[in-house]
Amino acid sequence: MAENKIGRQIPESVVNKRYGTFSGASIKEDTYQRASAEVAPVSPGSNKLLSSVREAIEKTGLKDGMTISFHHHFREGDAVINLVMEEIAKMGIKNLSIAPSSIANVHEPLIDHIKNGVVTHITSSGLRDNLGAAISRGLMNEPVIIRSHGGRARAIEAGDIHIDVAFIGAPSSDDYGNVNGSHGKATCGSLGYAQVDAKYADKVVVITDNLVPYPNTPISIPQTQVDYVVEIDSIGNPDGIAKGATRVTKNPKDLLIAQNANKVITHSPYFKNGFSFQTGTGGAALAVARFLRQDMLKKNIKASFALGGITQQMVEMLNEGLVEKIIDVQSFDKGSARSIKENEQHYEISADFYASAGTKGPAVNKLDIVILSALEIDTNFNVNVLTGSDGVIRGASGGHCDTAAASKMSIIVTPLIRGRIPSVVDKVNTVVTPGESVDVVVTEVGICINPLRKDLMDIFKNIPVPQFTIEELKEKAYAVVGTPDPIEYEDKVVAVVEYRDGSIIDVVQKVKE
Amino acid sequence: MERLRRTMMFVPASNAGMLRDAYIYGADSIMFDLEDSISLKEKDTSRFLVYQAVKTIDYGKTETVVRINGLDAGGRDDIEALVRAGIDVIRLPKTETAQDILDVESVIEAVEKKAGREIGSTKMMAAIESAEGVLNAVEIAKASERLIGIALGAEDYVTNMHTKRSPEGQELFFARSMILHAARNAGIAALDTVYSDVNNEEGLRHEVEVIKQLGFDGKSVINPRQIPIVNSVFAPNESEIENALNVIRAIEEAEEKGSGVIALNGKMIDKPIVERAERVLNLAEAAGLIKRGAQE
Repeated sequence: MAENKIGRQIPESVVNKRYGTFSGASIKEDTYQRASAEVAPVSPGSNKLLSSVREAIEKTGLKDGMTISFHHHFREGDAVINLVMEEIAKMGIKNLSIAPSSIANVHEPLIDHIKNGVVTHITSSGLRDNLGAAISRGLMNEPVIIRSHGGRARAIEAGDIHIDVAFIGAPSSDDYGNVNGSHGKATCGSLGYAQVDAKYADKVVVITDNLVPYPNTPISIPQTQVDYVVEIDSIGNPDGIAKGATRVTKNPKDLLIAQNANKVITHSPYFKNGFSFQTGTGGAALAVARFLRQDMLKKNIKASFALGGITQQMVEMLNEGLVEKIIDVQSFDKGSARSIKENEQHYEISADFYASAGTKGPAVNKLDIVILSALEIDTNFNVNVLTGSDGVIRGASGGHCDTAAASKMSIIVTPLIRGRIPSVVDKVNTVVTPGESVDVVVTEVGICINPLRKDLMDIFKNIPVPQFTIEELKEKAYAVVGTPDPIEYEDKVVAVVEYRDGSIIDVVQKVKE
Repeated sequence: MERLRRTMMFVPASNAGMLRDAYIYGADSIMFDLEDSISLKEKDTSRFLVYQAVKTIDYGKTETVVRINGLDAGGRDDIEALVRAGIDVIRLPKTETAQDILDVESVIEAVEKKAGREIGSTKMMAAIESAEGVLNAVEIAKASERLIGIALGAEDYVTNMHTKRSPEGQELFFARSMILHAARNAGIAALDTVYSDVNNEEGLRHEVEVIKQLGFDGKSVINPRQIPIVNSVFAPNESEIENALNVIRAIEEAEEKGSGVIALNGKMIDKPIVERAERVLNLAEAAGLIKRGAQE
């Protein structure tokens, strides 16, 4: 066992020799050699368009033990992962590592592929629902590696993840593999996560349900990176793509939290002309934009850019002129997918551009304010967005630790209590974002500033929101619901949580049955 | 400082999540309902829930009120539980006569004695919801020292009156006026009925403007989203605040000088003007517009 900087016990067997265990949120500025992709040149007259997914898999030379990747831009509407995995399973290929940028509820068939030995390793931003529960109960022999969106891009650039074959679902493509996500039947807007895969994978297979005449523009993924193109009936359900995450809330508690968060923003020194911001998913985080908009109008303040996963609300602010530009790695709804097509101030970026600590400066480095949700936050400000109160994996790392570390002010919005479960606790089940990168916690009863931010404590002295210490917030929660019993785990590690620099920040153990 | 009762939020007592969160929305009073919003089979569990909530949760400065069932329909058990839990106010529904108040008061007093609570520490409120109640409002309002306010319950009242509610609200004009006069005559608060169309913010705002002008102290609300709207209507404007501050300053200066007659801009300041100024400043402070002590 090794204890990392935040006191988490990391078994030696999972410690990454190259990066070690978590030793602090600041970036280690060691130079490194970027990974590169193997290229099979395509000569004039050659045809990339194949007749079936199976033919494409065969042509790539996919073999036992290789690594394949997918993107999660279709979220709950995705048909590509299940379709490709089913074909691979039929072909008898085993022991694959899969490296999707994230996994949704709809990908439950992976459980059978794991049971049958087709999939033996997974790295992902997160796991949902039955797959997360099955893995938390010990389904896999090898732990899943949880990486943030920036962390995954960094791992690919550094060669930690070497993708042998990338399967890229494409809302539109021509027969030579020029791809975009803003045209077609199942538009998803930005293809930011897929762009990294296309650049670094040895073989790239584009799967589309909207084959258009050459050349397909605009070009998000260029033909120079694509080996094969396959046309199928449907890559996904457009309604599922926009499902869930981004509905505007009417929940009065979420709205109250959002109002409190907005007061933090508007009383901060960052709230001035040309500021930049990002809002995470979740009712309260998304609702902040609504109140922020009113204050921007009142005080005649404009933002230089909004970053991140983008929603209709951001698009409206862009159209109103309150936001000069949108930088979009992932479009969360139809409105944002449409905007990226129609508005040149709405710009698509790749995941490494967005958040990778292994680039010559990602966009998050230029970010002033980020508003993020949390499942749990503890009295050391460490945040869990991965495991539920039962210790089971049900969430995703996303861009949480990337934006928290790189932005000038990170705001965590969370209700004090969910149901009968406290959200502010002594010790979170799993650390995804270290407390040193969290600046302000906002709840329905009031706010709490991380004492590491003495400057903000001074600045927020007269903010019209009640202020508490993090211990006081925890006591308020425990006073209502009591002190939770610790979850009982077995020794087996079911997931390893990487920090954005590749060091191990925590592990998830098997839940005791 | 006199307690403000701009907003009294209804919380169905069967909903544990709402009992837990009720205090966060800034209502001046929370009214846990054991009566109409609770089905018969949930009466006992709801009573138990509110009892535990009042004992466990720190509602801070928010006034806690419970709407009990009629004495012949479980109200005695409601009083027993909630007086013991330490509720601030027992609200009696469908009050028709002063005797209704006295009957409830005697049950409260008996429980206070049994539970070792100070006699008279549990306050009372009466909701008036019928023609008989409206016509008896004057006696009802003066029936007990424990009464802190009377409220109009319009839904039952309009049914009793063979009419229904309208956006203009003429059908409530007599009842509202009676209740106001009865409350002022007794020196207690007058609270207006709920506005049930939660999504009609403009309609709510209009109705609050009407009842504020009539003289009501506040309004019952059924959704937290209604609270900021009601509070914003009751918040005094800048010139009202400025004027009130001037009145208070003039009094302070006069007191320093030992002067008996107080004047502001050539006009004499008498007791009603001072009272009104105090009320404006209380409302302004509650709305976060001023801080007392540092009155700038």
